[in-house]
Amino acid sequence: MLQIDAKGMYYRELNQKVRSAIANGEKEITLKNVNGQYYIGDGLRGNAAITVEGVPGNDLAAFMDGPTLTIKSNAQDNIANTMNAGKIVIHGNAGDVLGYGMRGGTLHILGDVGYRVGIHMKGLKRQSPTIIVGGTAGDFFGEYMAGGILILLGLNEKDPRPIVGDYLGTGMHGGAIYIRGEVDKNLCGAEVGILEPDEDDLKTLRQYLGDYCKDFKLDIEDIMKKGFKKLLPISLRPYGNLYAY
Amino acid sequence: MFKSLAPPEYLATIDQVKCIRCKRCIQNCGWSVYSWGGDKVLIDTSKCVKCLRCYHYCPEEAIQILDNPVKFKNNAYWGYNNIRNLKRQAETGGIPLTGMGSDLPYPILFDNLLIDACQVTNPSIDPLREPMELRTYLGKKPASVEFEKGKDGKLKLKTKMPPQIKINLPLIFSPMSYGSISLNAQKVLAIAAKECGILMNTGEGGLHEDLLPYRDSIIVQVASGRFGVNPDYLNAGVAVEIKIGQGAKPGIGGHLPGEKIPLEVARTRMIPVGTDAISPAPQHDIYSIEDLKQLIYAIKEATDYKPVSVKIAAVHNVAAIASGIVRAGADIIYLDGFRGGTGAAPSIIRDHLGIPIEHAIAAVDDRLRQEGIRNEASIIAAGGIRSSADAAKAIALGADAVAIATAALTTMGCTICGKCYTGNCSWGITTQRPELTARLDPEIFAERLINLVHAWEHELKEILGALGINAVDSLRGNRERLRGVGLDTQTLDILGVKPAGR
Ligand code: SF4
Ligand code: SF4
Repeated sequence: MLQIDAKGMYYRELNQKVRSAIANGEKEITLKNVNGQYYIGDGLRGNAAITVEGVPGNDLAAFMDGPTLTIKSNAQDNIANTMNAGKIVIHGNAGDVLGYGMRGGTLHILGDVGYRVGIHMKGLKRQSPTIIVGGTAGDFFGEYMAGGILILLGLNEKDPRPIVGDYLGTGMHGGAIYIRGEVDKNLCGAEVGILEPDEDDLKTLRQYLGDYCKDFKLDIEDIMKKGFKKLLPISLRPYGNLYAY
Repeated sequence: MFKSLAPPEYLATIDQVKCIRCKRCIQNCGWSVYSWGGDKVLIDTSKCVKCLRCYHYCPEEAIQILDNPVKFKNNAYWGYNNIRNLKRQAETGGIPLTGMGSDLPYPILFDNLLIDACQVTNPSIDPLREPMELRTYLGKKPASVEFEKGKDGKLKLKTKMPPQIKINLPLIFSPMSYGSISLNAQKVLAIAAKECGILMNTGEGGLHEDLLPYRDSIIVQVASGRFGVNPDYLNAGVAVEIKIGQGAKPGIGGHLPGEKIPLEVARTRMIPVGTDAISPAPQHDIYSIEDLKQLIYAIKEATDYKPVSVKIAAVHNVAAIASGIVRAGADIIYLDGFRGGTGAAPSIIRDHLGIPIEHAIAAVDDRLRQEGIRNEASIIAAGGIRSSADAAKAIALGADAVAIATAALTTMGCTICGKCYTGNCSWGITTQRPELTARLDPEIFAERLINLVHAWEHELKEILGALGINAVDSLRGNRERLRGVGLDTQTLDILGVKPAGR
């Protein structure tokens, strides 16, 4: 187990240190005193476990391909940008544009997230990226989604804000979104249909949420007490009629 | 229901006396114009796009594709396409799509620029017998260089050079994605790029594994849809390009119609089969130069600092934008003029947005020089380069290299019919239908494309020789060796070019 003190360190140096540690076979790394450094975990491969103490900067785990990142606090924007594989666990809130074009792996967030989370997510048979958000999400959740799974829980029952913002699933043409509680049809993009989850869906949910609950020491039964809605694209070609040939 | 009120543009005709009923036209037409009627070939001329595939494969010269004399009355103001699009819109309520670059008669600045030559007082160079350097290095150049004495007493470079991409001549192939063109067409480009020591660009559709052997001649592209982008992909080529815009459709995104998304393309892009692949105009993580910088460096971090290119459409404010892009850390800036080609774009956008590449090169080169950052990035100019003369003029205006796509596709049979968006290209280029793509044998057609590149190479050397210059570096931004004909003072001023006779 390796500790790196990131205090006052420029991101290039920090990430260089992490990369060379992993190249030397290090499997467990803790980054101490992180304070906004960009690109932590960017393009990293392998299966190392990295714990971040402090708030990491933008583009955390961009293009990441394997490792597990645990963030003990809040995190910022553009997390898991085009991530391919691996896992990120955030014990706080996170910002905008999370999981842009994500192709695989898992992003677990305990708290709230901002705008445009899970946009352009992809999926191919077994490779299915997953994002689970414990709190609320902003506008454009799952925009242009082409694959993968988004789960939004709204666990803080005292939070008076709506669980999700406007333009939910706009331009969605693949994948699935599960939202705990009710979904206001008026918030959804025209391309989205709202369904009741069936047996298979509940099984899927239990499987993904089991892992999520383990990360944050939550009780899955508490979560499952409240019902879910499933959002699917109603057409593979939402814009098929827009053009004249 | 009456037939469409837009009369067909072309009349496909078969001379029944010459026709030997071989049915090759039926097999060859990707648009199903012909069918077999029992004793003769039947013709549905409304589908004909004048791609001329049938003509080339008719052994008897029995086929003629004529302009339809009854299409609409000739009118210098209300053109055929104009009226036809109105009818189409009335029939469908949709946006008429088109392919290839704009064919509207906007002034062509390249055709109003002439290149200088040596006479008497300054000698020209014979490129056949004297060395002539076309080799070009793409990437950031240091503002100044320092040398030091090595142990052997020889001088060597002390300054650490940023990564450079070497190309044998200042010409590369423009991005065309797998999906918009066939895999075989991409292979033609890859084989030719490798053989000629230049580059091809995957476009935004990911990298098919068949192209991996050509990775040293490939730029991979990242666009808003992020199709096929993973760490292997980012590291596969010699550089990564962020696509912000395209000359044929500035400000609007990529659109690959579902017809062109069979299983293989869907797999490479990781999207459902038959869906429309959409790359929206904005990259939703880029709203400013600072955001662009963030993505540039996210890519650099993931690739151990490979060069990053940023591709934009030439628009009114291109010079200021280019300056921002260079300051954001791009190593290459790729400018695409409004004449640039496309696999699919709304015609209203293609024909009316953007500016010509000639203006954009001059404006960007000027601006970067004024700000003292011209060395920070190479400029690639694209968008309607038709010949080596256009290439030489673009370089003299300030580009480091040019990129060609339409010109390259013509070597594969393309006749610039402009119907790429239908996915029916009879030449097997802009289609994914297996019976059509099988026609394009990569080895055979690569030979033709290599010929084209070599021919341009010779021509460029001839032009340099006539100019009395022995390296393309001396032509770069050398606007003193260009003259304008028939251009107004302001245009000449923007281009930084004197009128002929001065
Ligand atoms: S092959 Fe091309 S030119 Fe010939 S009929 Fe078909 S569309 Fe027209
Ligand atoms: S690529 Fe094919 S469809 Fe497109 S312009 Fe050329 S011949 Fe026509």
